[in-house]
Amino acid sequence: MKLIIATIKPFKLEDVRAALTEAGVQGLMVSEIKGYGRQAGHTEIYRGAEYVVNYVPKLRVETVVPDTEAANIVAVLAKAAHTGKIGDGKIFTLNVEEALRVRTGETGEDAL
Amino acid sequence: MKTPLKLLLPLSGLLALSSPALAQELAPPAMGEVGYILNTFMFLVTGFLVMFMGAGFSMLEAGLVRSKNVTIQLTKNISLFAIAAIMYYLVGYNLMYPGDAWTITNVLGAFSTTTLDPVGLAETIPDLTYASVGSDFFFQLMFCATTASIVSGTLAERIKLSPFLVFTVVLTGLIYPVQASWKWGAGFLDTDFGFLDFAGSTVVHSVGGWAALAGAIVLGPRIGKYRDGKTVPMPGSNLPLATLGTFILWLGWFGFNGGSQLYMNTAGNVADISRIFANTNTAAAGGALAALLASKLLFRKPDLTMVLNGALAGLVSITAEPLTPGLGAATLIGAVGGVLVVVAVPLLDRLKIDDAVGAIPVHLVCGIWGTLAVVFTNGDATLFGQVASILIVGAFVFGTSMVVWLVLKATMGIRVSTEDEVNGLDWAELGMEAYPEFARS
Repeated sequence: MKLIIATIKPFKLEDVRAALTEAGVQGLMVSEIKGYGRQAGHTEIYRGAEYVVNYVPKLRVETVVPDTEAANIVAVLAKAAHTGKIGDGKIFTLNVEEALRVRTGETGEDAL
Repeated sequence: MKTPLKLLLPLSGLLALSSPALAQELAPPAMGEVGYILNTFMFLVTGFLVMFMGAGFSMLEAGLVRSKNVTIQLTKNISLFAIAAIMYYLVGYNLMYPGDAWTITNVLGAFSTTTLDPVGLAETIPDLTYASVGSDFFFQLMFCATTASIVSGTLAERIKLSPFLVFTVVLTGLIYPVQASWKWGAGFLDTDFGFLDFAGSTVVHSVGGWAALAGAIVLGPRIGKYRDGKTVPMPGSNLPLATLGTFILWLGWFGFNGGSQLYMNTAGNVADISRIFANTNTAAAGGALAALLASKLLFRKPDLTMVLNGALAGLVSITAEPLTPGLGAATLIGAVGGVLVVVAVPLLDRLKIDDAVGAIPVHLVCGIWGTLAVVFTNGDATLFGQVASILIVGAFVFGTSMVVWLVLKATMGIRVSTEDEVNGLDWAELGMEAYPEFARS
């Protein structure tokens, strides 16, 4: 099993959700985050005083999928989140040791 | 909706009967008590509109300070209003309107408390050409309270509650009424300088601004506001509240300027009040739009807080003369105020004078501009009279305020500790928060 963690532009969430659902993903964890990458924030002006916005709002989307599906899901996710402009985000894939469905006690890929 | 015929019939009969009588009443001098009643009624209605500006200032300031200082700001606003009301009764009203009882002729009014008309005007012959004492007192004290409201915003987020309230006592009991008597109490600015200030661009707004400026200089900027030669923004906690506050002030201003006509006993006066309402409104619109455009041009994106300040700037600018301009001139006078605010806010920051809500640009800068602008539309105004009065009032208010602030600083201290300022005055001074989602039980 693989854990896929993606940081995406907030306005892309519905596109990503639709694409992942179509690709067979059955669950998604979404959280609001702030951070920076190479984009490293931007400047704004409040009452005439310029300031740097160091942390840009993003969404963190996480899902766990079977090993065989991982590459495809990452590709689908990347396509859905893509705008081609700076700040599109990143996707990380991690190994998952175990999973358990609390209600039934199922484990492994059956729990996904 | 259809009106039942049986209701219409007696009504039409009544109208037919009453029309000759109505025509008689419109003929000017035979007014009897009607003029007195209408003047008084006008003072009461416009007075409570100005009273509501207290809510406007409270919401504007609550929205423009950070959430850790909202409760203290609200506390100051309601307390200063209460202090103004009581001080105006104890000394302010007769100091400002001494009649023939000047302590020093045309300079220092009478020191006495306010006495209302007796119940039912028993055994008195009221001056039927004006209005009841109660209505005049009620209306005028609202202007005194407005002056004090201006000060609280500038000094927000770092001044201790008690010295602020002591200053408010001096401002509303002495400083405001003394200088107001020079113009509105028929003192020397009125009689010798021909000073014109219809509803108080100088007498109210720049007075609040001067007092705030003196306070801001003595108090110093908020911690971290100016770092390495740069201004650090401290964004307001609630822009919906700030916007609501601005709209409330805009509404209240109809009472502020309209009521300053002082008479509603002739068709001419009612028409003038209408002119004032329309001019006041369009000046605010001009100020808001000018600030919108100016902030877009200067800062890339429009700044809502500047647009809010701009609307108020337009209102302050038209306050010295809301009657004589036409709609076009009133819009332009307001628009100049809107631009002045957008320029003055960063300028003040460059001087390291920290004004948390922009009260000095709005009330002082535009108060001066509005007072000067009277000469454009009112032939009775002289540039000398206006400039001299601005300087005299400015020197008196700035000077006396400076002394009071310095005395307060030397005696009780005016600034909270660094730790309290960082943690927020709500917690340090009051032990309660405006938005206590995470209760510190």
